[in-house]
Amino acid sequence: MDFNDTPEEAAFRREVRAWLDANATRKSDDQKSFRARNDDPNLLKKAKEWQAKKAAAGYARITWPKEYGGRGGSPILQVIYQQEESNYLVPLGFFDIGLGMCIPTMMAYASPEQLKRYVKPALYGEEVWCQLFSEPAAGSDVAGIRTRAERDGDGWVINGQKVWTSGAHYCDYGIIITRTDPSVPKHQGLTMFFLSMKTPGIEVRPIKQISGGANFNEVFFTDVRIPDSHRLGKVGEGWKAALTTLMNERLAVGLPSGGLDVDELMELARDTELEDGPAIRNQQVRSRIADWYVQQQGLKLTRFRTLTALSKGQTPGPESSIIKIVAAPKMQDMGAFAMELMGPAGIMKEDVPHAAGFQAQWVGGAGFRIAGGTDEILRNIVAERVLGLPQDVRVDKDVPFNKMK
Amino acid sequence: MNFDFSDDQKLLKEQVRKFLADKCPMKVVRRVLDGNEAFADEVWKGLVELGVPATAIPEAYGGLGLSPLELCVVAEEIGRAAAPVPFDSSVVLATEALKLGGSEAQKKRWLPLLAEGKAIGTLAVAEGAQPPRPRTISTTYGGGRLNGRKVPVADGDVATFAIVMSKNALVLVDLNRAAVTKKRVETIDPARKHAELVFNDASAELLGGENEGWRLLERLYDAAAVYFAFAQVGGAEAAMYMARDYALQRQAFGRPIGSYQAIKHKLADCYVKLELARSNAYYGAMMLSEGGADLAVAAAAARIAATEAYDFAAKENIQTHGGIGFTWEADTQFHLRRAKLMALNIGGPMAWKDKLVNRLEQKNAA
Repeated sequence: MDFNDTPEEAAFRREVRAWLDANATRKSDDQKSFRARNDDPNLLKKAKEWQAKKAAAGYARITWPKEYGGRGGSPILQVIYQQEESNYLVPLGFFDIGLGMCIPTMMAYASPEQLKRYVKPALYGEEVWCQLFSEPAAGSDVAGIRTRAERDGDGWVINGQKVWTSGAHYCDYGIIITRTDPSVPKHQGLTMFFLSMKTPGIEVRPIKQISGGANFNEVFFTDVRIPDSHRLGKVGEGWKAALTTLMNERLAVGLPSGGLDVDELMELARDTELEDGPAIRNQQVRSRIADWYVQQQGLKLTRFRTLTALSKGQTPGPESSIIKIVAAPKMQDMGAFAMELMGPAGIMKEDVPHAAGFQAQWVGGAGFRIAGGTDEILRNIVAERVLGLPQDVRVDKDVPFNKMK
Repeated sequence: MNFDFSDDQKLLKEQVRKFLADKCPMKVVRRVLDGNEAFADEVWKGLVELGVPATAIPEAYGGLGLSPLELCVVAEEIGRAAAPVPFDSSVVLATEALKLGGSEAQKKRWLPLLAEGKAIGTLAVAEGAQPPRPRTISTTYGGGRLNGRKVPVADGDVATFAIVMSKNALVLVDLNRAAVTKKRVETIDPARKHAELVFNDASAELLGGENEGWRLLERLYDAAAVYFAFAQVGGAEAAMYMARDYALQRQAFGRPIGSYQAIKHKLADCYVKLELARSNAYYGAMMLSEGGADLAVAAAAARIAATEAYDFAAKENIQTHGGIGFTWEADTQFHLRRAKLMALNIGGPMAWKDKLVNRLEQKNAA
């Protein structure tokens, strides 16, 4: 057992590092937890420039075939690139949904002409894509969407509302799942399209979150007309297309990087005086630190197991399905515990070392437990796909959508 | 990145697994639990034939000379079967104690016998009510004589020799020759028999230096924590799948109980804890096999995660079974008992969490 690269991986890592050194600035030690905020308009411009550079050098999508601008590399090379890139001060995060989910769906369903038109600008960051799935009444049960697409001559007219659309305010294109036939059960009446976010009738409104950020949006569709050539897959087979999108989610090997962790909690516990001495000597505090350390290590090492499979060219086991189930509540609980250690000053946003960081975890954890699959849905997935337990009874399964209560 | 066992190691694991599935089904565990025999002799003999006790003993001492990684995969299978054999006592604790602290003569004398299954060793630390600590241990050693009382000692009434913690030293006692009174004691897990040993001027010899005992014991426990973590992972996985199988088959309110989220989420939590434990155990194995500086931290993390995973799976297995799971005739009890035995034998989670944070502080200060 070892954590070393194979010779091929090591050579690739050297190549990547040399290229990054020549084209970007390496983070200093106190910038390790730097994460670019993507609500700054200048940042998008910088991100697009960085993406273009990356794409020109062949690093933008390493696993994609060469004809689409990739290099036909294995997933482990993609991971190595990302590991190295995270050590540099570069703006990231704008293109993950587009390149990780939308364009792969296009590759599965769009025409060769369309791919010729859309793939390269997306890869080079010239056009940004979003994914229009969730709705106010369809979150975990996304097949319950109500946004309608109705035939109109040789095109379609879309009416309805999407929600939680990341980056819709700066995106150029999106893929959208719509209901085209409400008279059949919910999974059967769906159809997928792509569209320009500049199409008349689309209105984007940012959602301000509890954390203060506003990266998500509501998107309203009022008589939005699109041609039938924008349809992805057959009419009524939108669920199948949506599964293609969801299967293409980024390699589930990344952990949220940066942010405070057990080291900072221990530092805080050393510096905090309780009634009987430093908090780090208190058994309750020690017990919590130990639990979170075991989780932190467990997640890192579980990811190493997944990377091992990728490195050997094997399909990873289901072990990475535990990562968000553990990481999200840990983030929330550890943030809250650190605030408690600070005493009444734990509520202050200034003057207290690490307060803002742990507060960000405490409040951000509440969102992280929901985004991209709730704690509960993820447990269902483990139970069904890993342990082979049956799905819950679905009372709406065979009921036409428009007959549902 | 190569954070996995090799194909050969996986093959060995599969071999032990098949043997135990065949020769050590739950009815054998039940037989030992209900009966008087010290352990399942035929299972132990088979494991000896497979070379299990010889696995990590160097070839120079009659062993197979394999690495700790091989013993880790074997431990996982012993744990999965909740096998009623002297693995924890003899193959792990006594063997590792000799490897760590034994003199050349002691190793020459005992390791070949252990490898061949001709001797069974055990470790005797606890002295009844108090958790063993330097100030609570009253067993004394001096002038080649040992005096004191140790209980509970795994396989104490049938072991050939014991490694005993006195006030400040580990000592080795040949139980067939020395003045020792042995008495079996009742415990929560009768599938692993335990005894009380009373030493009355028993002839004994130092294992390691005179004031080295506690330091040696700590190192021994670190190695054992890793091996036991694998056994606990195996047991946790077995308990989880026992619960899963029952949840698929048992009907309530017109459908399998495994379709209810209350059950699904409980079993998903078993899986989450199991994988956290497995990953931490792998790292412990890696540090153990390369003598890595991070062993102290890795062993503690593996111990904590694996203890929690097995304890949780064992008790939720019973909960998933409902009433039938609480009967003597159900197989659920074996893992409940073994999980608790293994959670306590080399110190419980509270002690290991304290140790872990101490070690993290040392690591951060370095």
